Amino acid sequence: MKLLELHKGDRALIKKVDTDEALKTRLASFGVVRGSELTVEACSIGKQTMEILVDGTLIGLRGEEAEKIEVEKL
Amino acid sequence: MDTIKIVLAGQPNVGKSMLINAMSGSNGLKVGNFSGVTVEKTEVCFEHHCHQFEMVDLPGTYSIRGFSKEEKVAYEYLSNEEYDVIINVLDSTHLQRNLLLTLELLKLNKKMVLALNMADEAKKEGIDIDVKQLEKIIGVPVVLVSANTKEGVDELLDKIHDIADSCYRPKSNITYSDAMEEEILDIQKFLDDRGFKIRDLSSREIATRLLFEDKDLYKELRDEPIMIELQPLVLKALQHLYTHHETKNIKEIKYNEYNAIARGIKMEVIKCNRAGSGKNLTKKIDDVLIHKYFGIPIFLFLMWGLFHLIFTIGDIPVEIISRAFSSFGAWMGSHISNEFLRNVIVDGIIAGVGAVLSFLPNIILLYIGIALLETTGYMSRVAFLLDGFFHKFGLHGKSFIPLVTGFGCSVPAYMAARTLKSEKDRLITLFIIGFMSCGARLPIYMLFTSAFIEDKSIAGNVLFVIYISGALLGLVMAKILRVVVFKGEDEPFVMEMPKYRFPSFKLIWHTVYNNAKGYVKKAGSFILLASILVWVLATYPSQKGIEESYIAKIEQTQNMQEKLDLENELNVKKLENSYLGQIGKATEPFFRPLGFDWKMVVALESGLAAKEIVVSTLSILYNGKGDTLANRLRDSIPPASAMAFIVFVMLYLPCLAASMVFAKEAGGYKYLVYLFIFTTATAWIFSFITYKAVELFV
Ligand SMILES: Nc1nc2c(ncn2[C@@H]2O[C@H](COP(=O)(O)OP(=O)(O)OP(=O)(O)O)[C@@H](O)[C@H]2O)c(=O)[nH]1
Ligand SMILES: [Mg+2]
Repeated sequence: MKLLELHKGDRALIKKVDTDEALKTRLASFGVVRGSELTVEACSIGKQTMEILVDGTLIGLRGEEAEKIEVEKL
Repeated sequence: MDTIKIVLAGQPNVGKSMLINAMSGSNGLKVGNFSGVTVEKTEVCFEHHCHQFEMVDLPGTYSIRGFSKEEKVAYEYLSNEEYDVIINVLDSTHLQRNLLLTLELLKLNKKMVLALNMADEAKKEGIDIDVKQLEKIIGVPVVLVSANTKEGVDELLDKIHDIADSCYRPKSNITYSDAMEEEILDIQKFLDDRGFKIRDLSSREIATRLLFEDKDLYKELRDEPIMIELQPLVLKALQHLYTHHETKNIKEIKYNEYNAIARGIKMEVIKCNRAGSGKNLTKKIDDVLIHKYFGIPIFLFLMWGLFHLIFTIGDIPVEIISRAFSSFGAWMGSHISNEFLRNVIVDGIIAGVGAVLSFLPNIILLYIGIALLETTGYMSRVAFLLDGFFHKFGLHGKSFIPLVTGFGCSVPAYMAARTLKSEKDRLITLFIIGFMSCGARLPIYMLFTSAFIEDKSIAGNVLFVIYISGALLGLVMAKILRVVVFKGEDEPFVMEMPKYRFPSFKLIWHTVYNNAKGYVKKAGSFILLASILVWVLATYPSQKGIEESYIAKIEQTQNMQEKLDLENELNVKKLENSYLGQIGKATEPFFRPLGFDWKMVVALESGLAAKEIVVSTLSILYNGKGDTLANRLRDSIPPASAMAFIVFVMLYLPCLAASMVFAKEAGGYKYLVYLFIFTTATAWIFSFITYKAVELFV
């Protein structure tokens, strides 16, 4: 499933990051790579933006980006 | 004395700037709790143990090949400039992520020291780091420091010292995944058998670089005969890696490997790790501040509160200061016998500079508000909250940071826009930063609201409305620019949310102090000169003829009232015929539809140099004895014109210094011409609408 489909408080394992090269590098440097675990910390109205916790780092990202991250809910 | 050149590299928001401040004992570098505070390399020099230390503060960068403009600065510096030592600053509480950059920096093959910053926070969160073990793995000296409590700072300085004098090279003991290690060993053996050497790279290093497709190395190897035999070996190795990592993207393989190494190191060196209290606190605060529904209202409420404070609390000292300046002026007046000198000092300098300085308390409150936003970690949250909204207007959530900076001063705001990756987002943001009223415009608003709004309790609201409507108009303009001029793809929004930090009083004090000092300095230099210039232009050429005829008339009348009227008339005539009057009159027609008289026009025009000068010019031109400037303005300007004036000030071109920076950041003076047309047109139109609307309804 997609990261976008998760809700506040959900935990998941990252399966695949399907974005362009530049963004992939950026996400990788935040620790968002295949095999990392994440928790959804907050969502704004209509999931325009989401806040996730990966390896102790809080990351804010837009719904459109969350749609490109494949996860497996834990 | 020897000079050691040291460059600080690290991910954003790990405390590089604060660490330099701690090491050098000064407080010159700007510190804030969000990514992208430093956007340009800055040098700080100081002495330590008979060595001259030259420290270069670089913008933080998440990975060595940066993503946005300011991160590229770091990369270019690190790979092209001359320096002796790199201090790689890491956040001890986010070691794993920070190590990714360290692994890349090691590839530069330079002298390096690892500074594990935020030791105080790590201790509080129960993180215990085995420094010796980390040293062994990475192969460079490691020091645990805290820029906050200054522990370890001396040790760090000593280490830099030692390493600069020694001739050492980093020798790391990093192990990759089994598959990778196997292939490295294979290639390494082959290279060793052939006794092949290139630069000062070890054969293990050559092997890893070959596998990670290091372009520079391939270029160098292209003409080497050994390539023929090497090629099939590398190909086979890559095939193995592809299947192992389930991807054919070598960059992705590299991140995976690096992430695995970083995780491994963390497991090895972090001893005890109980659930930290800091993280929970951040979580709790976030539950409120970025609440799905209440987040934005809370932000607006805080802004509103700030403007109320600026008006209510800030206004008390303002009155005292302006009274002090007028009595000081009167006192000076009675002590200077030379008429010319007296007039320059009392009517020019004291009137002009005094008017600007009297708003210092308001400015300080505004800066405190911005400093709190910057140092607590709330800034990134608001960017997060507003991204959805901003996105609809064709802006990026991160634009919030330069825009907020713009409420203080436009100059750093233009530079802060470098954190936006997309060139179009950046240009749009640059164009609308001017609509965020800078601190120097605050005195103008304060002056007019206190002159025209009698009820003090709503004056704060008016101030809030002025700021918000400027910002909203900026958003609308952004949308128009996006649709008409800068069409294009949306840029993704991904941003680190720093943990909340309770800013120390010292940090706030230094941030506010630096800004307030700048304001006072400017008042004492630039504004002072401008005040003299304005006064001279308003006084000359002297009109002997008119003066004499009036003096004769005044002497003839007996009626006191008539005498006063005549005197006033003389002053008005003199002012109108001065150079300044002529300039004002010449350009007045353009502003006539907005209801401005020539004095307001001159004030606006002088504001192109600096916005503070608007106030000082008004103070010189609406000159009158005894009464406060606000009262004099109320008596001579109709409310509709005053409102239109505020709108014009809100929207027209930023000051000269800011305009220059704008041109530089946007990439040419042609953009400044566009900005001039864009802002003047917007200001004129909205000012006109305001004037007509107020005239109609009031
Ligand atoms: N508790 C604690 N906080 C620190 C320490 N060092 C820095 N900080 C805080 O960390 C935040 C970031 O500090 P900066 O010096 O601006 O970080 P930077 O690395 O220069 O950031 P960029 O310029 O954005 O790359 C600020 O809020 C500091 O107050 C430390 O040793 N302990
Ligand atoms: Mg910095």
